[in-house]
Amino acid sequence: MSDDFANGTEIAVKGLNLWYGKNHALHDISINIPKNSVTAFIGPSGCGKSTFLRCLNRMNDLIPGCRIEGDVNINGEDIYSKDVDVVDLRKRVGMVFQKPNPFPMSIHDNIAYGPRIHGIKKKEIDGIVEGALKAGALWGEVSDRMGISALDLSGGQQQRLCIARTLAVKPEVILFDEPCSSLDPISTGKIEDLILKLKKDYTIVIVTHNMQQAARISDYTAFFLLGDLIEFGKTGQIFENPREKATEDYITGRFG
Amino acid sequence: MSNRYLKEKGIESLLFASGAVAVVALLLLCLFLFKEGALLFENYPVSDFLTDRRWLPTSTNPQFGLLPLLFGSLIVTVGSILFSVPLGIAAAIYISEIANPRVANFLKPFTELLAGIPSVVYGFFGLVIVVPMIQDTLQLPTGQTALTGSIMLGIMALPTIISISEDAISSVPRSIKEGSLALGSTKWQTIYKVTVPAALSGISAAVMLGIGRAIGETMTVMMVTGNSAIIPGFPSGLFESVRTMTATIALEMGEVPQQSDHFHALFAVGSVLFITTLILNIVASYIKRRYRFSL
Amino acid sequence: MFSNAKLNEKIAFSLLKIAMGLVVAFVLIILYDIISNGYGVISLEFITSAPRKGMTEGGIHPAIVGTLYLITCSMIVALPLGILAAIYLTEYAHPGKTTWLTEMAISNLAGTPSVVFGLFGLAVFVKYFGFGDSILSASLTLALLILPVIIRASQEALLTVPKEYREASLALGVTKWETIRKVVIPAAIPGIVTGAVLSIGRVAGETAPILLTGAAYFYPKLPGSIYSQFTALPYHLYVLATAGTNIAKTRPIQYGTALVLLMIVLGVNLIAIYIRNHYRKKLQR
Ligand SMILES: Nc1ncnc2c1ncn2[C@@H]1O[C@H](COP(=O)(O)OP(=O)(O)OP(=O)(O)O)[C@@H](O)[C@H]1O
Ligand SMILES: [Mg+2]
Repeated sequence: MSDDFANGTEIAVKGLNLWYGKNHALHDISINIPKNSVTAFIGPSGCGKSTFLRCLNRMNDLIPGCRIEGDVNINGEDIYSKDVDVVDLRKRVGMVFQKPNPFPMSIHDNIAYGPRIHGIKKKEIDGIVEGALKAGALWGEVSDRMGISALDLSGGQQQRLCIARTLAVKPEVILFDEPCSSLDPISTGKIEDLILKLKKDYTIVIVTHNMQQAARISDYTAFFLLGDLIEFGKTGQIFENPREKATEDYITGRFG
Repeated sequence: MSNRYLKEKGIESLLFASGAVAVVALLLLCLFLFKEGALLFENYPVSDFLTDRRWLPTSTNPQFGLLPLLFGSLIVTVGSILFSVPLGIAAAIYISEIANPRVANFLKPFTELLAGIPSVVYGFFGLVIVVPMIQDTLQLPTGQTALTGSIMLGIMALPTIISISEDAISSVPRSIKEGSLALGSTKWQTIYKVTVPAALSGISAAVMLGIGRAIGETMTVMMVTGNSAIIPGFPSGLFESVRTMTATIALEMGEVPQQSDHFHALFAVGSVLFITTLILNIVASYIKRRYRFSL
Repeated sequence: MFSNAKLNEKIAFSLLKIAMGLVVAFVLIILYDIISNGYGVISLEFITSAPRKGMTEGGIHPAIVGTLYLITCSMIVALPLGILAAIYLTEYAHPGKTTWLTEMAISNLAGTPSVVFGLFGLAVFVKYFGFGDSILSASLTLALLILPVIIRASQEALLTVPKEYREASLALGVTKWETIRKVVIPAAIPGIVTGAVLSIGRVAGETAPILLTGAAYFYPKLPGSIYSQFTALPYHLYVLATAGTNIAKTRPIQYGTALVLLMIVLGVNLIAIYIRNHYRKKLQR
C-alpha cells in the first residue's frame, strides 16, 4: 500500500475495527486516501462500505451499540481523539447520502441552512448560495425559482441540491454513499461530471455498486469483502490487473 | 470544552428535566393520594373500609364501607362495556374493512367528535333526555339508574374503543388478508377468521382502555345514576339508582371539613380508583406491547 | 355452500352497517338536541352579561371568561413542558430503565381519571402550596391532566420526521440541538399544534378537577386575579342542571351554556382535524 500520492494523503486509517453490538462489521482496516482525487469503495452488499464511510465523519456515533477502535487521521488530526469537536469535523467532512434528502424548505433555504447556522452574515448568504448551486451544476435550472420547495425538484436535481448544500459549508472532504443509485442514467451522468469537476478542490470518497462508474470516475479503488479491505490501488490496476483472486472474481461478475 | 458543547449539554439537561416532570408528577400523585387516604385508617380500620356494606359518612356513627361504591362503579362499567364493546368493534370493522376509503376518512373524525364532547354535556343530555325516556319506557320510579349511566358511559367509551380497534385492525398486514382471500374465502370469512383474530390483542387493549375510561368517568354518572349508596344486585341493580366511586368524591368533597375522617375516606376511595385504573393501563400496555405486529 | 357463505357475508355486513349507523346516530342526536334547543338562547347579550336573579336570568359571561383563564394558564404551563419532554424522549433518551419509567409514567398519567387529578390538585396546590381555591390551583391541575396528551401528540409528530433530515443536517456540521430546532421541530409543528389544540378542548370541557380545586358554586362576577375563585362553562352547566333554584325554568340557559361549551370544544376539535388532514395531504404529495 503505497503513500506516494501526487497530492499527498488526506485520510489515513490504521487498524480500524467496528462492532454493531456483537456483530464485528469491520476488521482491522488500514488505508490511506489521497488528497484531491476520487477514491471509490466497491464490494458486495453488506460488506461494510457504508459503515466504513460513516466512520470518516463519525456518523456512526449516532447508532446506539456501535463501538469503534483504531485510528482515523484526517489531515493529520486524529478524529476520534477526545478533544475533537464532532460538529466541526462534520463541517470539514461533508456527506451526500444514497437517497436525496433535501429539507422540506425552499431551494434557497436548503443551501443557506448550513452557512446560516455556522454564523455567516446575512449579506454574504446569497453569494454563497449562488456559488454553491453553480458548483453543484444546478444554478442554471433553478436560478429563477429559488423560492419553490426543494421537494418539487426531480430526483436528480434533488441530489445535486444535496451536493450543493454540502459545498455551501466548504468542506475539505466529501463522502458519497451510492449517490446515483436512485437516479436515471442522464442524472447519473450529470452527477459523475460534477464529481470529476469537484476533485480539483475536494478530496472525494464514493461508495458505488456500479463497476463502470467506479472505472469512469475514480483514481483509486478499494475493494471490501465481508468487513475486510481486500485490495486497494490505482483504479486502472485494480480493474485490469488485480492482485487478489477475490477482487478479480468480483470485478468480472463471478459473484456478488 | 467548547462553549457550544456546554450549551448542548445544558439544553439536554433541561429537556431531561422536562421529561422527568411526568415521573415526578406520578410519584407525587401516588404520595399525596395514599398519604391522605391512609390517614383514614388511623381512626377507621382498613378491614372495615374494605368489608363494610354501608357508606354512611355523615351519620353520628359514620361508616365508610367501600363496597357499595365499588359495586356501583362496577355495575355501571360492566353495563357500559356490554353495550359499547360489540358496537365499537363492529363500527371499527366497518370503518377499516368495509367502508370505501372516502367514507372511512369521513367516519373516523366523525366518531372522534364523540370523544370531544365534554362529559358534563353527556350528563346534561342524559339527564334531560335519557332519564325520562328510561323512566317512561321501563315504568320505573326513577329514570336515574345504573342502566342510564351504562348507556351514557357506553356512548362515551365508543370513540376510545373504535379508534384503537380500528388501528389494530388496519395494521394487520395486507399479505395475511390476501392469503386468505386467495384461498377463495369471502371478505367476511377473512374478517372474522383471519383479520379480527390477528388484531385481537389490539382490540383487547382497546377494551381495557375503554373500561378505564368508563370507570374513571365522573360528571356523567353523577348526573344520571341517582347516587344512592346501596350495593346493587345484578342484573336487577341495573334498574336501580347507584353511586359510583367517582361520583362520591365529586359530590361530597365540597361539603366535608378538611382533615376529617370523611375527607380522608374520600382520598382512600380515590386511591382505590387510581389503583384500579393503573392496573387496567398496565395490562393494556402489556397486551399491546406483547402482541404487536412486527412488520 | 358457496351461496351460503355469500348470504352470511351479506347479513354480517348489514349488521356492521347498522352498528356504524347507530354510532353516527348517537353523535347526530346529541348534537341536534343541544344545537336545536340552545340555538335560540345564544345572543350577544347572553355571552357578554353576568347571571342575574340567582342565575335564573342573564348570561354566562363570567363562565366564559373563567374557561378562557383556565385554558390560557394551563397551556402556559403544559405546552412548553410537554413539547420539551417529547423532544427529550424522541431525540435524546436512550432505551433503558429511565426511558421506560418515563414512558410508563406518561401512559399512566394519561389513564388516570380526572377526578383523581382533582384530589391531587386539592391536596397539593390548594392545601400544600396554599394556593387555595383558585384559578391557579385549577389551572395547574388541568396542566398536569393534559401534559400526557401534549407529550404523546408531540412525540408522534417528531417520530414522523424522517431520519434523513436529521442525518443531512448533522452531516453539514450542525449541532444536535440546532438540527432539532431548525429542521425537526419545523417539520413536526403541524402535529404538535394538533395536540395542543386538542388539549385546549380537553381543558375547556373538564369539570371534576375544577370542582375540587376552585370553581365556586355561584360566582356572578369576573375573577379578579389568578388567586380568586371562578366559575367555568362546564361547571356552570352542571350547577344549573342539578342544583339551581329552579332547574326547569333555567333549562333554556342550560342549553345555551351547553351549546357555547360544545361550540368551543368541537370548534377546537375541528381545527385540529383540519390541521391534521391538511398536513397529511401535503406529506403525500
Ligand atoms: N445500524 C446498524 N446496526 C447494526 N448493524 C448494522 C447497521 N448498519 C449496518 N449493519 C451491519 O453491518 C454490516 C455492513 O453494513 P453496511 O451497510 O456497511 O454494508 P454496505 O457495504 O454499505 O452494503 P450495501 O452495498 O448494501 O449498502 C452488515 O452486516 C450490516 O448488517
Ligand atoms: Mg451501503
